[in-house]
Amino acid sequence: MVSFPSSAFDIAEAVRSGSVKAAAILEDHLGRIAEREADIHAFNLVTADAARVIAARVDDVVAAGHDPGPLAGVPIALKDNMCTRGVPTTCSSRILEGWKPPYDATVVSRLAELGAVFVGKTNLDEFAMGSSTENSAFGVTLNPRDTSRVAGGSSGGSAAAVAAAFAPVSLGSDTGGSIRQPAALCGVVGVKPTYGTVSRYGLVAFASSLDQIGPFSVDVRDSALILESISGHDPLDSTSIPQGPLDLLSVLDQDVKGMRIGRITDMPEGADPDVLGRLEAAFDALRAAGATIVDVELPTLKYGITAYYLIAPAEASSNLARYDGVRYGRRVDSVDTNSMYMATRAAGFGDEVKRRIMLGTYALSAGYYDAYYGKALKVRRLISDDFARAYGKADVLLTPTSPIPAFNVGEKADDPLAMYLCDVYTIPTNLAGHPAMSVPFGDSRDGLPIGVQVMASTLGERPMFKVAAALERHMVATGGRS
Amino acid sequence: MSPAEMEVAPNDGSYLIDGYEVVCGLEVHVELATATKLFSASANRFGDEPNTHIDPVTLGLPGALPVLNRRAVELAMRIGLALNCTVQPSTFHRKNYFYPDMPKAYQISQYDQPLNIDGWLELPGGKRIGIERAHLEEDTGKSTHVGGTGGRIHGSDHSLIDFNRAGVPLVEIVGRPDIASPDEAKQYVTELRQILVAIGASDAKMEEGSMRCDANVSVRKPGSPLGTRCEIKNVNSVRSLGRAIEYEARRQIALVEAGESIRQETRHWDESDGRTHTLRSKEDADDYRYFLEPDLVPLDPGAEWIEAVRAALPLLPRERRVRLSRATGAAADGEAVMVVVERGQDDYVLAVTESGADPARALVHVKEAYAEQGARPSVPVLDLARMITMEVSGTLTSTQAKIVLAELVANGGGDAEAIATAKGFEALDTSALEAIVDDAIAAQPAAWAKYCAGEEKAMGALVGAIMKASKGKADGRIVTALLQSRRG
Repeated sequence: MVSFPSSAFDIAEAVRSGSVKAAAILEDHLGRIAEREADIHAFNLVTADAARVIAARVDDVVAAGHDPGPLAGVPIALKDNMCTRGVPTTCSSRILEGWKPPYDATVVSRLAELGAVFVGKTNLDEFAMGSSTENSAFGVTLNPRDTSRVAGGSSGGSAAAVAAAFAPVSLGSDTGGSIRQPAALCGVVGVKPTYGTVSRYGLVAFASSLDQIGPFSVDVRDSALILESISGHDPLDSTSIPQGPLDLLSVLDQDVKGMRIGRITDMPEGADPDVLGRLEAAFDALRAAGATIVDVELPTLKYGITAYYLIAPAEASSNLARYDGVRYGRRVDSVDTNSMYMATRAAGFGDEVKRRIMLGTYALSAGYYDAYYGKALKVRRLISDDFARAYGKADVLLTPTSPIPAFNVGEKADDPLAMYLCDVYTIPTNLAGHPAMSVPFGDSRDGLPIGVQVMASTLGERPMFKVAAALERHMVATGGRS
Repeated sequence: MSPAEMEVAPNDGSYLIDGYEVVCGLEVHVELATATKLFSASANRFGDEPNTHIDPVTLGLPGALPVLNRRAVELAMRIGLALNCTVQPSTFHRKNYFYPDMPKAYQISQYDQPLNIDGWLELPGGKRIGIERAHLEEDTGKSTHVGGTGGRIHGSDHSLIDFNRAGVPLVEIVGRPDIASPDEAKQYVTELRQILVAIGASDAKMEEGSMRCDANVSVRKPGSPLGTRCEIKNVNSVRSLGRAIEYEARRQIALVEAGESIRQETRHWDESDGRTHTLRSKEDADDYRYFLEPDLVPLDPGAEWIEAVRAALPLLPRERRVRLSRATGAAADGEAVMVVVERGQDDYVLAVTESGADPARALVHVKEAYAEQGARPSVPVLDLARMITMEVSGTLTSTQAKIVLAELVANGGGDAEAIATAKGFEALDTSALEAIVDDAIAAQPAAWAKYCAGEEKAMGALVGAIMKASKGKADGRIVTALLQSRRG
């Protein structure tokens, strides 16, 4: 049996050099999808035929003596809330069923220009609202490490696709932890970049001031490669930072000697002992590599969830008001136009989406704005201030990514508040607009993956990746045993 | 703001209906004359095939994001600066409400930090109407309701939506309730329109909807607190605006006089019956759930840009009227100056004057003969100047001058002397005219005696006879001079 390179980095190198065909790489991945997708359900749609066309084109470019680009022949899975021209984009919601966007998201066109091969659209919690991908209208995504458990969410499909080697890399979106938490639960790397680093143009909005696209990968280097490829200013996104692509691959080999790693002394409690154990192991590993561990306080961090569950639903209530069944997506006919709108939204949205629309509408309403949305904005500012003080003392902060490893399917499905607590460590980063990433750092006693979250200040991706790479080196060196 | 806190300009008491003052504030929406829309690259064009100027942003497709049009910001700043506003750092908000022709189900507008604040507009007579704010926002699409009655959505069979207008840049100019009569409201809108056209911000056509006007109207007895106001919508011409305000004021006065209270509500002006009708009451008003638009960043034009826009502003209509008034001696708010500046022909009049022609005659001729001519009249400046010189020197009578000018206008210029000759307009020589004058005096001794006794009106009969005898060729001013010299 032929052995193919498995990382995106190595695949692109091999395809560019002509030593391996993009078509062969693709078939290798499609083969695994055919084998296991029925058990995992990572995808809403596998675009095998379109992918074969792209892969063949990449091979033609190489055969003609040209360079298809730094992602030549790399299979990539896209979360199904990113617009793909002519390809259904559902947000795992009935309300968008049948909609084919007439345009590509900026990230999609950038990846395409670099030679990537899109293999499909991955499952998510409906409109990215959830932490288990159980809120998908098209069924739950299961964790490739243990199919009785969830893959996390909302980008559960993208995390599972990478964990199951359906694709070496994928894209997710992270509003309150939706990349990092499923990455931790599935045992892969997941990055939420600084807000404004990656264009949101073509990302179907959940909470616009928090949403950010980022990569999943097996190793840190592939996430660096993908983030370098999709970052950089986009004139179509006014919140995009006016700067070039991030420079990340160059920092991965640098050591962490002298770096200050922050330990949050007043971190929200309730994390699983195994998770806390792995966090301690991470501090030890970095200390051993020459970094200094410093204590920082973030007293407002514990209010993050409360603020988030006012701000995110408020924006969502506005972003989702356009789905009325008139111009695109699903329509449920009724006796008159108003009844049609109501029937469409009643049938088209799932319970969690409806819950957040109602929460958000209420939080913005006249007479309640100051008490809810207005106060949440103040908390958001206080959290940013706290972070600013902490980053005066530390280069990066380390926390668990998720308080618990992957939980059983259905375990929290009827308890929204318990589900919301899954994002206690990830949400504050989104509120501050900072970057953070989850790195696999060993397993629980039950053999479930555990992720450590590396957080940094605005545009602190370079120190963040440096530390993530150091943690990964430690895992490789110790075989994951310490 | 509650009525009690609102400051209103002093009412001079010149306009009262049955002893009531009218208090009116106007909200004017103008479409900006940009090439593209406020947040996307689709064309901003009126009157094209429906749904041809659309794109993902205009249609509010999932994932699409707005990008602010720099030109729209510049035109909005021109408006603010022309209205004596302060231009300040500003932000955009979402105004959330559901309507079929608003595809995102929210309008991007400016809320608590508008681009322009605290200005004023000066009416031709000198009264200043305060401007509270002038902010940027996007227009909605246009619905056409088919079937049913009156073009309303209720009872219609189906509705058609044209998104060409969706996302067109608007500036909403919110005036303070300083307007005290229908006439002032008309003057305000007329003046505002001229300013907008002069600065190139908008074509400001009420009939085409590129300028739309809502009027807030209340009434009160002089010295009393402000009354409850109603907002009047669907006013589509300056004339209707005056009618609608007067109707609404009278309606409110009748209610007050009958001991009834006025409900705060939005009312619809119906041009066909000349009345306003309830559209919705305050209780039915939407809760817009404003919040900061997360897809846009704050807009801070900065001092340098603001000053560059200010420096590039053309002369405003008021300044041009003063300039023309100084050059011609006519009143700045007199009809001739108003009309000529409104037509944009003041530069032309000044050019004619600078070539040596009599300024007062130049103004009058342009006002009367150039109604069909635009801002760049077809008669060359020197041709009109030569004609006026002939008139002033007595070579042409004023009647003949009008005829020659009509010829010049019809031909787009020409040689006034040649036209006069062709028409047989040689001036009478002085001796011939003196003989006619002497004949007239001899023929009407009674009139002559009265005139000599100081009765100036008696001159009319003599002049009439002289004109008749000269077949209209005599110059009235010379005739008068001859009569005066003979009286001694």
